[in-house]
Amino acid sequence: MDLESLYQDIILDHYKHPRGRGLLEHPLGSAFHVNPTCGDEITMQVARDADGGLELGYDGQGCSISQASASVLVELLEGGTVEHSEAVRLAFVALMHAQGAGEPDEEVLGDAIAFAGVAKFPARVKCALLAWMALQDAEIQAGLLTTGEQP
Amino acid sequence: MLDVAAIKADFPILDSTVRGGQPLVYLDSGATSQKPRAVLDAERSYYEHTNAAVHRGAHALAEAATDAYEAARSVIAGFVGARPDALVFTKNATESLNLVAYACSNATALAREDAGAIDPRLVLGPGDSIVITEMEHHANLVPWQEVCRKTGATLRWLPLTDEGRLDLSGLDTLIDDSTKVVSVVHQSNILGTINPVRRIMDRAHEVGAIGVVDACQSVPHMPVDVHELGADLVAWSGHKMLGPTGIGCLWGTPDILAAMPPFLTGGSMIEMVTMERSTFAPAPQKFEAGTPMVAQAVGLAAGVRYLEALGMSAVAEHEHALATYTLDALAALPGVRIIGPQSTIDRGSAISFVVDGLHPHDVGQVLDSRGVAVRVGHHCAWPTCRRLNVPATTRISPYIYNDTDDIDAAVAGIVAAQRFFGVA
Ligand SMILES: Cc1ncc(COP(=O)(O)O)c(C=O)c1O
Repeated sequence: MDLESLYQDIILDHYKHPRGRGLLEHPLGSAFHVNPTCGDEITMQVARDADGGLELGYDGQGCSISQASASVLVELLEGGTVEHSEAVRLAFVALMHAQGAGEPDEEVLGDAIAFAGVAKFPARVKCALLAWMALQDAEIQAGLLTTGEQP
Repeated sequence: MLDVAAIKADFPILDSTVRGGQPLVYLDSGATSQKPRAVLDAERSYYEHTNAAVHRGAHALAEAATDAYEAARSVIAGFVGARPDALVFTKNATESLNLVAYACSNATALAREDAGAIDPRLVLGPGDSIVITEMEHHANLVPWQEVCRKTGATLRWLPLTDEGRLDLSGLDTLIDDSTKVVSVVHQSNILGTINPVRRIMDRAHEVGAIGVVDACQSVPHMPVDVHELGADLVAWSGHKMLGPTGIGCLWGTPDILAAMPPFLTGGSMIEMVTMERSTFAPAPQKFEAGTPMVAQAVGLAAGVRYLEALGMSAVAEHEHALATYTLDALAALPGVRIIGPQSTIDRGSAISFVVDGLHPHDVGQVLDSRGVAVRVGHHCAWPTCRRLNVPATTRISPYIYNDTDDIDAAVAGIVAAQRFFGVA
């Protein structure tokens, strides 16, 4: 098996150099999620910035996939709208459930397409999704999102 | 050392390749062991020649099936120095431990109606305590938390040293007159530590408490005589000792088995039934409601015979040699830290470690890409990880079919992981 298909350079780069890591001073919503099979942990926080865009903060510990996924999430969604975050989140969740057969849309997913290979490893899908599930919860908590709809 | 080449040949799965043609190196026997052909054949033969419902009906096959089931019970009981009627079959060790925990909460509930009919040792309430350790598998932790929630009893635990051994300095104060149950793991599945259970059980009995041992990781790996453990109840699983999944064991003294109310109720466990109430069969039937796992019992008995042919002392020696080899090999790797006892004194062959700068999930993934199967995560011992300040570990857990080549393959994989992630 070739490890490079799982651990794309983008993933390793985000793992080693996480973007936007750290918690917010005044979060509107905050969610702590764990992956009970391996103990990966993520706290994801949301607030509004001065222009009304999403302000995101996170902290956590875990494997490269879970932590890089959180970093990519923040880079993609920070400053955008809630609608945009929801669209990207749904696309990411769909990609993760495609068992490696998904055609990722780079327009929507940006760096997150690097996780396409993760979908072939069922044990790692949860790691990749952890931050995204926590984001959804944090947005609901903040009152920015009302539905908990799953694709 | 055992003749590993000959043993390997008895395990069809060990011939497999995984992840694109890599020969399988199976080092996850702490989670579940592989099964020799003798076990697979025994199950198949049971279904081909003997299958019928046991303890029900009087036709020829029903008799043969009942005989096979009870003969299996004798073999498995004999393996741990027990009488067959002291051995209860369950689904797994988790169910065995829940059976005991539910006996306590059920006894507590029943005593509210008719205190005279219930053994007071099993009745818990506020002011009582249950003592476990900080290295329990969740299977010997969560059921006791639940008993405490239902009865108002308090959960206490024997703490760990930084090396992952029990700190017994407070044994006599932690287990005191309030203590009703003491339940401890014999050999830790995550740390490999072998605990002095006899001493702990003796202390439990000094204060009149019931002593329980989780022997999931000891019965498969070393000679165990249940009487020598000094416990009232001993639980373990069949699937970690060459047996099929779906069968576990609970040994108990006649006295405690008679006292405990049943956990699951229904057919096969009764003596007399009317529309209003029922009386129960004596143990072990009292604890085996419904159609039992006959083929699995027959399979496990075949696994036990396989282990007996090797000799459990030889199995323990083999694992001791592998543990020594593994500890030395890991100690020689820069950036690798063993979580658990560093020496082989009172230690089994399950060895957990962390690699600086690498998460266990990623270490396991690289090993997996090379065909090496290890366990990563918190090993169902999350509080143990927290106590030792690691989010998770990677665990190598060898068995009778592993040799030093397998350990070398794991070590090479760790070095490859360090290189791949650029941490060494
Ligand atoms: C020490 C220990 N206790 C309990 C268990 C639970 O066993 P099972 O999952 O077979 O019920 C295990 C294994 O998973 C174990 O290693």
